[in-house]
Amino acid sequence: MIKFTPAQVKHVANLANIPVDAKAETKLAKDFADTLEVIANLQELDVSQTEPTHQVTGLENVWREDKVTKELMFTQDQATANAQQTDGGFFIVPRIIDRDES
Amino acid sequence: MRSNKQPIGTNGLKMTNSKSKYQLICGLEIHAELKTKSKMFCGCVNDPFGAKQPNIYTCPICLGMPGGLPVANKQAIEWTIQLGLALNCKIHLFSKFDRKHYFYPDLPKGYQISQYDQPFCFDGFVETSQGKVAITRVHLEEDTGKLLHKTSGGHKVTLVDFNRGGVPLVEIVTEPEIKSALQAKELAQYLRQIIRYLEIGDCNMEQGGMRLEANVSLSPNGQLPNYKTEVKNINSFRFLEQAINYEIGRQSDVLDKHQTPPQETRGFDAGKGVTFSQRIKETAADYRYFPEPDIPPIRFTKTQVERLQAGLPELPGQVRTRWQRQFNLSPSLVNRLIISQAQTELLDGVWQMASRDKLSPTKLADWILNQPKFLKQSFSAHQVIDRYQSETKTEKVDEKELTQIVQQTLIQFPSEVQRFRSGERKLLGFFIGQIKPQVSASADIKQISSIINQVLNH
Amino acid sequence: MGDFLLYPELLTEMNPKHLNSLTIVQALKALAKKQISIDEIYESVNLAVKNNQNLNIYLSLNSQAQKQAQKANKTNLPLAGLPIAVKDNYCTKGLKTTASAKVLDNFIPEFDATVIQHLQKAGGVVLGKTNMDAWAHGSSTETSDYGRTLNPRNPDYLPGGSSGGTAAAVAANTCIAGLGTETAGSIRQPSAWCGVVGLKPTYGRVSRSGIVAMASSTDSPGPITKTVTDAALLLQQIAGLDLKDSTTNPVPVPDFAQDLKRGIGDLKIGLLYHDVPELKKVMNLIEPELKVFERLGAHLEPVKALDPHYAISVYTIVQRAEVSSNLARYTGVRYGLDRSHFAAEARRRIMLGTFTLSKGYADQYYKTAQKVRTLYRQDFAKLFGHYDLLISLSSPGFAKKIGVTAGEAMFGELEDLILEPSSIVGLPGLNVPCYRDPKTNLFLGLNIMAPMWREDLILRAGYAFEQATNWNEWAKND
Repeated sequence: MIKFTPAQVKHVANLANIPVDAKAETKLAKDFADTLEVIANLQELDVSQTEPTHQVTGLENVWREDKVTKELMFTQDQATANAQQTDGGFFIVPRIIDRDES
Repeated sequence: MRSNKQPIGTNGLKMTNSKSKYQLICGLEIHAELKTKSKMFCGCVNDPFGAKQPNIYTCPICLGMPGGLPVANKQAIEWTIQLGLALNCKIHLFSKFDRKHYFYPDLPKGYQISQYDQPFCFDGFVETSQGKVAITRVHLEEDTGKLLHKTSGGHKVTLVDFNRGGVPLVEIVTEPEIKSALQAKELAQYLRQIIRYLEIGDCNMEQGGMRLEANVSLSPNGQLPNYKTEVKNINSFRFLEQAINYEIGRQSDVLDKHQTPPQETRGFDAGKGVTFSQRIKETAADYRYFPEPDIPPIRFTKTQVERLQAGLPELPGQVRTRWQRQFNLSPSLVNRLIISQAQTELLDGVWQMASRDKLSPTKLADWILNQPKFLKQSFSAHQVIDRYQSETKTEKVDEKELTQIVQQTLIQFPSEVQRFRSGERKLLGFFIGQIKPQVSASADIKQISSIINQVLNH
Repeated sequence: MGDFLLYPELLTEMNPKHLNSLTIVQALKALAKKQISIDEIYESVNLAVKNNQNLNIYLSLNSQAQKQAQKANKTNLPLAGLPIAVKDNYCTKGLKTTASAKVLDNFIPEFDATVIQHLQKAGGVVLGKTNMDAWAHGSSTETSDYGRTLNPRNPDYLPGGSSGGTAAAVAANTCIAGLGTETAGSIRQPSAWCGVVGLKPTYGRVSRSGIVAMASSTDSPGPITKTVTDAALLLQQIAGLDLKDSTTNPVPVPDFAQDLKRGIGDLKIGLLYHDVPELKKVMNLIEPELKVFERLGAHLEPVKALDPHYAISVYTIVQRAEVSSNLARYTGVRYGLDRSHFAAEARRRIMLGTFTLSKGYADQYYKTAQKVRTLYRQDFAKLFGHYDLLISLSSPGFAKKIGVTAGEAMFGELEDLILEPSSIVGLPGLNVPCYRDPKTNLFLGLNIMAPMWREDLILRAGYAFEQATNWNEWAKND
């Protein structure tokens, strides 16, 4: 029986930047435990000698020349068209208290 | 483990010996913007500092709009590999981009496309005057947008501009084997020199084109310590040296008390010359790296890497060695003259012509260094030599005439003469400055000073 | 209204010329012969849209559609202005795009997805944006933030998902054809539940640029249509290398309709998952249909494949990991609303995905899943070494009743058990209707799979099956 605690849910919610309340934490803990139960079957397989597949395309070295494509750029208006709050062409975010991301 | 120089404390005084009972464990992390025409994963203009308005160089990709997909800039990749080669790195023939996840308003996608376990370049080294420093890795990633804090309508707000978001950024990480703050500074300066020399970046510190971070800790016994302090937001080489020295002092004090400095990120206050705690890091961040699914991996052949290697210019270190050997140029002068490939080519011509004309390259170099504006114009080697010769041609002036001028001039500066006689020898330059214009533009300074000394010693 | 839905042919009687039930092929022919006008088609389709509002198919309609169609019809373009239903995860310039998620409730893109550009260049017109499971997270269209869509075949049931809106639009003849996307089942399964044709192209065949990303390594945009020929025609217009999408392939785009009528006498076909216990009952139902292939000259035999239950795990982990990453950009700052507006299913998937990538768990979950993915690649490679095509059911059963997904932790992934193996390795697949229950009017679908880049083969087989059976009400008049 795989367990998933509300504390673990809280930690993951922080990492995922998703607000959850205590009630949701409990429900999600059960959901995750259920899901982990289902996907536990992967442990039955021996993949010790197997390479992971990250891409199925088989492509390599897909890149572009260093050129400006003006026609694909936004104007400032287009860039900010869907923002709820802007100020002189800037996007506005909730105030950051000089926090470092890491 | 001894450092060649005593670390300097923030008060400018040398630190006492008890502080050097700890070995400095220091590594640098340097980010430099590459000056490609377009951004790393889209065709937007790469000119964040030159943009006159915010958010004018954006598109669905670098703004992180729904459905935006990255397409890698080949030039940025090749330049990164060339930089790695210039730093004596090995090149991963197979590599990829990875997503590095964290939430911050200047990171539109909620992840940065970077490189995790298969960077383009690894395991290189740089020679410094205090020995080799190993380069752990050189990798390529995209820059973030810029935040601006202000108060609008009584409320504190943070504004974001994504002109810089997506600009190609090369990250250079050294092994933690830097022995002194001075060596750190030298190393950082060398990296800027190399990047500028390869013409892949401007490394303009004030514009954020190059950013320095130092990891500093102290070891009492030569073993790797169990903590690490990251010092960020250092935007000059001088501050880098100051910050590291400050940290050495601060951490020594803590260790002396048999305590361990906390694992943390610190900023540098340039005004006060101190570092300050920004964020205690109890645990390392969880970036949840995984290979970027939108960009296929990159595979180079040995031949392709060799071609990139062959495409490197003669590097500053090699030029320096050659100029010292071929033209006997003094090392202290030479390094300041190796600025760009174009200038190297010009000066090669100049030194050769000088040798041919039996002029001293060192004297020439000295003169050139005192003409900062001169080299910014595009002269030919011939023109440089001609200008030098005409400006340094000296005429010997009639000694009687000169003595008269000297005497008449010195009478006008009785207090300066007094001070000179009391030992302020550097006033000689002042006297020469007063006398030379009265004589001739190409008067021999040696002659003038000898006459001054004669007159004043009477 | 209910009776008419059980008997779709009655619906067309409300529509004087029932032009809305034309296929692309029929419409183009009639337009070319000037038997009908583009305006008449739009009048008919618009009426059908109005009459079917209770099915909750469309989230928004393009008020300029008919005007754009008139313009497109004047020129000699392949799609001649025909109305196409587009899943609401395709960014359409100037037309609200929500992916059925409240987070994007106010989002009006300033750009078109590449597929939309191709569609318009070919003369196709976006009639409207169809409902889906929010963020494409699901197999029912019940987890839309804007209410569920009902199955036109029987409104007590769900249309499947996540392209349920488009599949319903096609089934209800409220468009001529449609576009959906499939990550693992999202085209084929709703097509099966709604009794229409759905084609999931090879991964990399069609550009993902401008489509709200779900699982980057498997998302495949594709057509949902009334007939197999229509699917070939629509795919033709949207396929191809896109410089904006580095995962699209430079492999040449063939004429997909070229070999459509060639027959399948030369083909060896393997039948998958005949021995999976929960599929046994349904497999028995379609046993007679499978014999059709033999009658047409193909060789069909059951074949053993890697147990699809592992694919559920691979897909759940990899997809949710990529989802957690792809949805990190939705913070409400540059567009849309903030992350508190994510509904339950999205939150579940984002958080589980985050967990499987997190420190201490990434090796056990994410890395292991990617390794098992390799096992499926190897298994299919082995299978296609012996068989030209592989077929299976498209869904473990008929459409499910409304309300069934409430509270389920992983309804979607369990539901798509059969389709996940081929999806995670990028294979193309086609759903064709293969059975109808006369009591419920609900359908079963057959899933035909080929090696990468062989859509031509699956279209060929799908066409043969479609013509040799009576499950497709539109195909008779082809």
